[in-house]
Amino acid sequence: MPSFVPECFFLYTFLMSDEQLRSTLSGLKGFAFDEVPWTTPKPLHESRVAIVTTAGLRVESNADWNAGDQGFTEIPTDADSLTLAHYSPNFDRVGWVLDKNVVFPIDRLHELAEEGIIGSVADTHISFMGAQPDHTLETIRLDSGPAAAKLLADDEVDLVLLTPV
Amino acid sequence: MGTLASVLEQEGFATVALSGVRGQIETTSPPRALHCDFPLGRPLGKPNEPEFQRDVLIEAFSLLEEPAGPVLVDYPISIEDDADAPLSCVIPPSDTSDRNPAASEALGLLPAWRRTQKKYGRSSVGKVITAEQVPDMLDLFIRITDGESWDKVGFPGNPIKIAADIKNFYEEASISLNDNPPSARSAESWFVTKTLGGQTIQTARIKMKEADVDFDIWYYLLPVTQHHEGEQDSL
Repeated sequence: MPSFVPECFFLYTFLMSDEQLRSTLSGLKGFAFDEVPWTTPKPLHESRVAIVTTAGLRVESNADWNAGDQGFTEIPTDADSLTLAHYSPNFDRVGWVLDKNVVFPIDRLHELAEEGIIGSVADTHISFMGAQPDHTLETIRLDSGPAAAKLLADDEVDLVLLTPV
Repeated sequence: MGTLASVLEQEGFATVALSGVRGQIETTSPPRALHCDFPLGRPLGKPNEPEFQRDVLIEAFSLLEEPAGPVLVDYPISIEDDADAPLSCVIPPSDTSDRNPAASEALGLLPAWRRTQKKYGRSSVGKVITAEQVPDMLDLFIRITDGESWDKVGFPGNPIKIAADIKNFYEEASISLNDNPPSARSAESWFVTKTLGGQTIQTARIKMKEADVDFDIWYYLLPVTQHHEGEQDSL
């Protein structure tokens, strides 16, 4: 059995629901920095905002996600052919089909920008894939995370909103 | 999610993370997190409810006013999934007398799936196969239920991804078979417990498990919360 699947799953296989899954996932290992990093934010109404999601989104021409992939996909702000291609079967996908904003709230950000609540919406957004078997996330910490940060910096992003799947 | 937020914060961005699993956020301790007890896969809570989604974002951005972290706040509204309340769908008949019943069922769902596509323009089908290939793939899973080895039936790709395509196809078809949008996991439970397609994959999964097929192959053929060994409903 792979290390990222806790044996206790087998105790619960006759019960359903996110509550059960949450209870199990809460016990998994995770990587925390020794010191929580802290960047003093700019005023919200001056901030350029990007979405970084772990939903495993892909744009039309990109390859599908595979288990353990710690890379990322660049999502243009006007991409209209997004696919939720996360490898894990363990979460709802119908909500995404009904409304992409329930995962990737790009329309909401544009509305907040029009209202002047945030400064602007980035041209570039990023998708990683969650449910990683390597809880140290070494590749994300040392390679793909900083590489994604470089793209966001090039777009002059100030604030990142992270949405999980 | 929490670790990724810290990586980006360290790179100089202010970050706000929505949280879906509180225990994981507590473990990974990102600078700012709003825990939302919403169905997994719906981090903004409610599809097609812009005001609700906006409120979640406003609440999340309010964490930027905190002078120091880590900050972890719970959004005051919880939403539960409906895995225990499978959809009730009438599956359209399909005139395919020479096909096995599961493949015939899937053929009958194709028009509904296409209506969903036309209306919403998004699909999670296509990891390996198209919607039109779903009936043929069910034929392959049925051969596993009949005793053939999974690696001899001729899958055109990773069977986990093909099973996901089939599940997504059924769930997306169900959207057009109901007056109201399916609540979280209600279509999933319908697929697994109320359709021949779902029960075919469930039975194939159990056969593969019993045949000592590699764990990583059979385990992910269905959501873990839908592994009902020996509990399939009779249709």
